[in-house]
Amino acid sequence: MSNFSLIIIILLYLGFLFFIAFIAEKNKRSKWVNNPIVYTLSFGVYCSAWTYYGSIGVAAEEGVRFLAIYLGPVIAAPLWIVLLRKVIRISKQHKISSLADFISLRYGKNRFLGALVTVVCLLGILPYISLQLKAVSETFEIMTQKSNYISNSILTDSTFYIALILAVFAAIFGTQATDASEKRRGIIFSVALESFIKLLFFTIIGIYVTYFLFDGTTDIVTQFKERDNFSSLVTLGGFEEGFNWFFTIMLSFIAIFLLPRQFQVAVLENNREKHLKTAIWLFPLYILLFNIFVVFIAWAGKINLGNEANAEYFTLLLPLKEGNIFLASLVFLGGLSAVISMVVISSLALSIMISNNLIIPYGFLSKFIKNEPSKNVKFIKNIRRFAIFCIIIISYSIYYSFSVKLSLYSIGLISFVIIAQLAPSFFIGLFWNRGSSKGAIIGILIGLFITFYTLLLPFLFESFSYKPSLFSINGLHPHALFGIDFLTPPVHAFFWSISANIFCYGYFSLVSKGNYRERNYAEMFVDSRNYSDLQDNAFVWKGEAYVKDIKEVLMRFLGNERATRALHIFFAKYNLPKNTQFADAKLIHFSEQLLTGSIGSASAKILIQSVVKEEEISLVEVLNILEESKEAIANSKTLKQKSLELSNLANQLKLANEELLEKDKQKDEFLDTVAHELKTPLTGIRASTEILLDDLEMPNPVKEQFLNNMLQDSERLSRLINNILDFEKLATDKHELTVQNQDISKTISRTIKSLITSSTDKNIAIIQKNNQSIYLQYDEDRMIQVLTNLISNAIKFCEPNSGLIEIDYFLEENNLQITITDNGKGVLEEDQDFIFEKFYQSKNQNTIKPIGTGLGLAITKQIVEKHQGKIWLDTTYKNGAKFHIKIPSI
Amino acid sequence: MKKILIVDDEPSILMALEYAFKKQEYEVFIARDGSEAIEILKTKIPDIILLDIMMPKVDGYQTLQIIKENENLNKVKVVFLTAKSKKADIEKGMDLGVDKYFTKPFSVKKIITEINLLIS
Repeated sequence: MSNFSLIIIILLYLGFLFFIAFIAEKNKRSKWVNNPIVYTLSFGVYCSAWTYYGSIGVAAEEGVRFLAIYLGPVIAAPLWIVLLRKVIRISKQHKISSLADFISLRYGKNRFLGALVTVVCLLGILPYISLQLKAVSETFEIMTQKSNYISNSILTDSTFYIALILAVFAAIFGTQATDASEKRRGIIFSVALESFIKLLFFTIIGIYVTYFLFDGTTDIVTQFKERDNFSSLVTLGGFEEGFNWFFTIMLSFIAIFLLPRQFQVAVLENNREKHLKTAIWLFPLYILLFNIFVVFIAWAGKINLGNEANAEYFTLLLPLKEGNIFLASLVFLGGLSAVISMVVISSLALSIMISNNLIIPYGFLSKFIKNEPSKNVKFIKNIRRFAIFCIIIISYSIYYSFSVKLSLYSIGLISFVIIAQLAPSFFIGLFWNRGSSKGAIIGILIGLFITFYTLLLPFLFESFSYKPSLFSINGLHPHALFGIDFLTPPVHAFFWSISANIFCYGYFSLVSKGNYRERNYAEMFVDSRNYSDLQDNAFVWKGEAYVKDIKEVLMRFLGNERATRALHIFFAKYNLPKNTQFADAKLIHFSEQLLTGSIGSASAKILIQSVVKEEEISLVEVLNILEESKEAIANSKTLKQKSLELSNLANQLKLANEELLEKDKQKDEFLDTVAHELKTPLTGIRASTEILLDDLEMPNPVKEQFLNNMLQDSERLSRLINNILDFEKLATDKHELTVQNQDISKTISRTIKSLITSSTDKNIAIIQKNNQSIYLQYDEDRMIQVLTNLISNAIKFCEPNSGLIEIDYFLEENNLQITITDNGKGVLEEDQDFIFEKFYQSKNQNTIKPIGTGLGLAITKQIVEKHQGKIWLDTTYKNGAKFHIKIPSI
Repeated sequence: MKKILIVDDEPSILMALEYAFKKQEYEVFIARDGSEAIEILKTKIPDIILLDIMMPKVDGYQTLQIIKENENLNKVKVVFLTAKSKKADIEKGMDLGVDKYFTKPFSVKKIITEINLLIS
């Protein structure tokens, strides 16, 4: 392929990515841009050119060992939910904009620590970026089939221009907001897309090699088995090799959290915590898919291309050998994607650290105080843009002068070991509140020194072909300190540096207590769940400060309008008057947070401190204040709960009271009705008696009539009294049933016998349709009462001479059902719902005055229910009335 | 001759009052509920009406309302006879414009004296 057409392809592809980023940035709230898949795919920035090309190199030369570097992230995945969620929460709460800011904040907004972390990241990542550029340059060389492509001058090197375009890309989409904690959806979306593209193209070449060049995986394995070193490539080695595996996995475990690009995509660009739940399974799957074909491509390359070819570029060399330029171009673009995403995100993350943790806190603060707000904003953005270009140009020069000799894999591991030096202060600091800034700084410095001695120094000397005599001293050889010589150089360096780092961190943390600010933040980080409730209250501060001065500082960075608005919101939140003069701890904390995103936490602290007069607080006081605010929150929680309980209780009381009132009302009504019912016959008796007494000449038949009335009324009176007592007894549960095993057939015939007089009076037939003996438990007297009530009602409503009453019963499941049917006038529809209510009497009875007391059916119902039974009227029966009684037979 | 309408659903009370007022030389009409009473009032206009409250079909309150709404009848005096003795019930009756209120059980003699007084 010609140089020219490849450059055209590269430019088109870059243009496409620019376009995608632009569209995504414009639609930053769209569902397509904000979803867990995009979030997870952005994790794929982990798989740089190192993975894309380097893994195959390792697999070809060293076998399955390449896998170690991917096992770490997979093992770490379940921890993300716990660890990453905590880190994300803290970062959001404090508006953290970089890894350096995070660590510096944990140790009390320590300026030096922030700068040190930035330097460590630069040391670790710059060579890593140069490694990516090297990959671009070498693949470009392979694609255009030129030997030794690195040209005589930079200006004719196309890699240089590609690097510049990437810098422009990162600068445009990465520095849109001064507040670096703002999300960059455009870049993240393009990174996610690139992650997809590189996986897709890598899988395509994997399938092509395995199934088109060869006959599947077994074919490759059988052909490759014939080579002599096969077994060493597929076995894991012995005990010593186990150490190498273990530490490499640990290294990658740390890297997945602490590589600045990973921190950027996983923490800073996370906009929904729940997206983590998808990442936890999807990202390990992504890594798995990426590694499926590595071994087969590596072995296929060995078989087809021999030992001479550079194994790292088998993916390109294999299709090119077959003359398949199209496929090679796809692979090239996949590799380019891996490079672009890594370079863009890394340079962006580093540029924020450089501006917020290195340049601004060490030199520009006094300038900011004097400048106009709009100038400051421009200035901060320009620092970042400048930093991006510097990072990429320095990386390019490292590549240009050093990396020719090293493989992708070894530079990658050097980077990992350097970044790993941040692990103790980051991870331990999250869970151990004693970890101090002194321990962190000394630990990192010692760790860096050891890494330098054991890893970088030999590399530097080697590239100058120089061997110092120091290395020959027993126990001081950089790759075998104290005689430990079985570890590979990076693992060896990692082992010694991280051990010393952890030791120093722990030791110096124990001997030196940090100042109160440090302890304050340590508590907030370690106990983040507890203190996130406290929010601004968790910050402890004592001193004198004027709102006016603080506002002045805020205005320098936010402009007048935004500063005023922010303060308004703050005052409203805490119910403070708008003209508050003195600032409290909450306002100090709030203002520092406002500035953190723009200029970093250390600078924010320094700026705010410059306008306030702070007093020293002892550690004990800090802890006391924290305890107090915690208690205050807890107290108000208990109070809230108590008042909730009280109002619940009040509600219950109210309900109970209403119930009582309702019962009282019912009782009143009942008494009222009872009184009415009793007074009515009494009135008849009294009136008749009076008349009989007064009128002695009354003719006999009339006298007889009056006396008859009196008799009837007094009978009614006594019936009524009996019924009322009965009803009350049943209603108040005082009445116990005398339940015995009885034959229903006999009970029915007894009832009928007792009613024979009234039925023959009206010449009404009562028929018991069933004579089968069925024994069950019931109170016979009560059952007779029920049947009597129902049958005498039937007699009452049947026509004389033609009346017919039928009583039947049968067993149904575990119930006995009795039916009483008559051919009388039936129950009117309007009465059907009320007949079982006490004192309800139909308005349509055939006698002028009802004979009943209005309690008959109510008592009947009560008795049946006392037997756990049911009574109801068959409303579908039209030829009279039909009542059903159902009582359980067991 | 004074005319009286007695409305009650209790046959024994109705009979006792009818007998007592006839003895006092009243012309007596009787009705067993509100609707019967209204039927009678279409043709007869009594001097006084004795009205029970709790009756089937049309109760005493409804009957009283119909009487009061009728121009021919609204001068007729109405007396409630009832077993309802609650203050609220009495007040309800008074609001509707009843002239007198007797609670059951009552003395027949006393009723006669009061009624005579009312229409003289």
